[in-house]
Amino acid sequence: MSPEPADRQEYNITAYTENQVGLLNRIAIIFSRRKINIESLNVSPSEIEGIHRFNIVIVETEEVVEKLAKQIEKQVEVLKVYFNPNEDVIWQEMALYKVPTDIIAEKVLVERLLRENGARAVVIRKDYTVFETTGHREETDNLIKALQPYGLIEFVRSARIAIIKASDGFHHKLQEFERREPGEEVAENEFLNDREQVFTM
Amino acid sequence: MYQNQAATAPAAPTLAPTTGAVATLQALVAEGVDTIFGYPGGAIIPIYDALYDFREQLNHVLVRHEQGGIHAAQGYARSSGRVGVALATSGPGATNLVTGLADALIDSTPLVCITGQVFAHLLGTDAFQETDIINITTPVTKWNYQVTRAEEIPEALAKAFYIARSGRPGPVLVDITKNAQMQTFDAPEYAPCTHIRSYRPAPVVRKEYIEQAAALINSAQRPFILWGQGVVLGKAEREFQEFVEKSGIPAAWTILGVGALATGHPLNVGMLGMHGNYGPNVLTNECDVLIAIGMRFDDRVTGRLDKYAKQAQVVHLDIDPTEIGKNVKTTVPVWGDCKETLPLLTALVEPRQHEAWLARFNDYAAQEVDAVIREELFPTSEELTMGEVMQQLNEITGGEAVIVSDVGQHQMVACRYARQNQSRSHVTSGGLGTMGFALPAAIGAKFGAPHRPVVAVIGDGGFQMTIQELGTIMQTGVDVKIIILNNQFLGMVRQWQELFHQRRYSFVDIQSPDFVAVAAGYRIAGQRVDARDALRPALEKMLAHPGSFLLEVMVTKENNIFPMVPQGCSVAEIRLR
Repeated sequence: MSPEPADRQEYNITAYTENQVGLLNRIAIIFSRRKINIESLNVSPSEIEGIHRFNIVIVETEEVVEKLAKQIEKQVEVLKVYFNPNEDVIWQEMALYKVPTDIIAEKVLVERLLRENGARAVVIRKDYTVFETTGHREETDNLIKALQPYGLIEFVRSARIAIIKASDGFHHKLQEFERREPGEEVAENEFLNDREQVFTM
Repeated sequence: MYQNQAATAPAAPTLAPTTGAVATLQALVAEGVDTIFGYPGGAIIPIYDALYDFREQLNHVLVRHEQGGIHAAQGYARSSGRVGVALATSGPGATNLVTGLADALIDSTPLVCITGQVFAHLLGTDAFQETDIINITTPVTKWNYQVTRAEEIPEALAKAFYIARSGRPGPVLVDITKNAQMQTFDAPEYAPCTHIRSYRPAPVVRKEYIEQAAALINSAQRPFILWGQGVVLGKAEREFQEFVEKSGIPAAWTILGVGALATGHPLNVGMLGMHGNYGPNVLTNECDVLIAIGMRFDDRVTGRLDKYAKQAQVVHLDIDPTEIGKNVKTTVPVWGDCKETLPLLTALVEPRQHEAWLARFNDYAAQEVDAVIREELFPTSEELTMGEVMQQLNEITGGEAVIVSDVGQHQMVACRYARQNQSRSHVTSGGLGTMGFALPAAIGAKFGAPHRPVVAVIGDGGFQMTIQELGTIMQTGVDVKIIILNNQFLGMVRQWQELFHQRRYSFVDIQSPDFVAVAAGYRIAGQRVDARDALRPALEKMLAHPGSFLLEVMVTKENNIFPMVPQGCSVAEIRLR
């Protein structure tokens, strides 16, 4: 393992793409080629029909993430890529826990535990019950630890989904993309955003 | 699958029943393709069957190996400035394209490769000659797409050509299943692709960056231009020359940029990089403003990055935003097509002459002549040198030939010493360093520039990697002159073993066949030269010969290429010996 530079942290990469076979691989190899592990990956339809949204979480420095984001956006079928540290996004993960029903039924403690963690029963059968929670990693992790002594049978957690706090969504941007002569925002020179870091007279 | 993907002109009302195979070839004709390089096989037979009726419009060059086919397409694209087209069958035919795709991607060469694929219903069944070429080629293509229905073909190919040649050019691959080639469908009139909503090949140029760049350049005392293939790809040679001449700034080139400004131009101070010229390397670390135009700061150009031009403010003109700030921190990013940005910049820079600064380049050049170049080009030793072959060739051709070089010592000699009067005069494998590139690329280069002499300069090692393409020369009668610079070693590796591995010559003493006899077997004329007095007449004979000619020149075995920036050293630590 390489030593961790101090400024590595979790980044949320959001990519708006066409819904095209093979694009997942094209994006995934941008990371694997550089031996960067994807911590979490979610692909789903966006607010716009036909446009997909990738949520990718990696632990890297800002400099590396910025270069990766540019490489992803360079792909022909990618419309736009954003990258944000955790404080810029609202994010959730969902977890499912399968627990023996008899234990839950008998132990008041477990029932309270589930309530405290905001867990909701999805399925209740004679042999087992499936609970679901949503939250940050630490929250879903806590419940695993708490349930472990009570015969947790199975556990699964989803990828992270994240909404960018400052985003206005993609509807108006897409209209610009569809035009041959797009307006300023889509045709933006991305380097304008780095104005302070670049030369000024 | 394709609705809303690409905007094309409204389909013409005329629909004609057409097979996918015919539609494929109609698309090529509509895109202005005149030459294709290919090799038939089971999964592409329907396209070859249709090709039989397109022989008048499409000149199909039958190569001897698919790697030869794609390198030929690269040579065609590089000498002509048009999109190269290669055809291959599924499975091994398709995988043989991979080296060429990787080479074309890193060297930004526009290619459309069409591969046959097994029937759609057999995909994923390990069918005969089935391979997952889409996933295999994803890392080495700008874009790729698998067609499984004939109706997709016109639009897929329209996109393919648009993507290959626009923005930063690159290779694309379209994989067509056999059923799609055979299906009949009502084909609309072919409509070229001009817009893909998710793809922005031409960034909008922002004036404020041009202004900032011009201000920085105007304030510079020791400005230095580095240019690369972007100038050639942008067809901006004239705009570039006007910028250089008005600003009076010394300019040096990467090996793919060579010739965009003639090698004899007074402001052309030479080649960059590991085996580049002395002055450009040393003075990179003394300039105050570095103006990089259409180049990507490859590690062979920069040497040790943390000691590269740290004193300089950097202006970087590039069409690809991922290149800006990728390796070298940029002060002023000028994102755009240099055909557009250079004239804007030229208008704002002050006319100047940097005589004292330019004189420093010339001082270093004189030192290099004394230490390296004179003995290389006009040797006093008995044995022939690679450099004198290039020097003699220059004198005969006057710098008008298209030089196609392979990879290794002879490549560095060819790049350093070939005189080039115009752009698109040197085809070489730059980024990937593909041995075996030159012979097939020279064939393609001749088809791309039929009125110019094409001279392939190849080492004894690289020549044997694609030697089978002599068969293509024989069959097509294409006029390619071949010079083999034979030092009886894999010379560049031997040089590194000598300099950095205590002369442990591990598996570099390659034996060769009698190349002239091999050529004769392919009915190609040839001659072998090992004495100085025979060299000039042999070169003259080769160039005057009607048709192809192979000239094998036996050169000194253990010559080293200098100057050299050893790996891990800064450009200022370049060694003259």
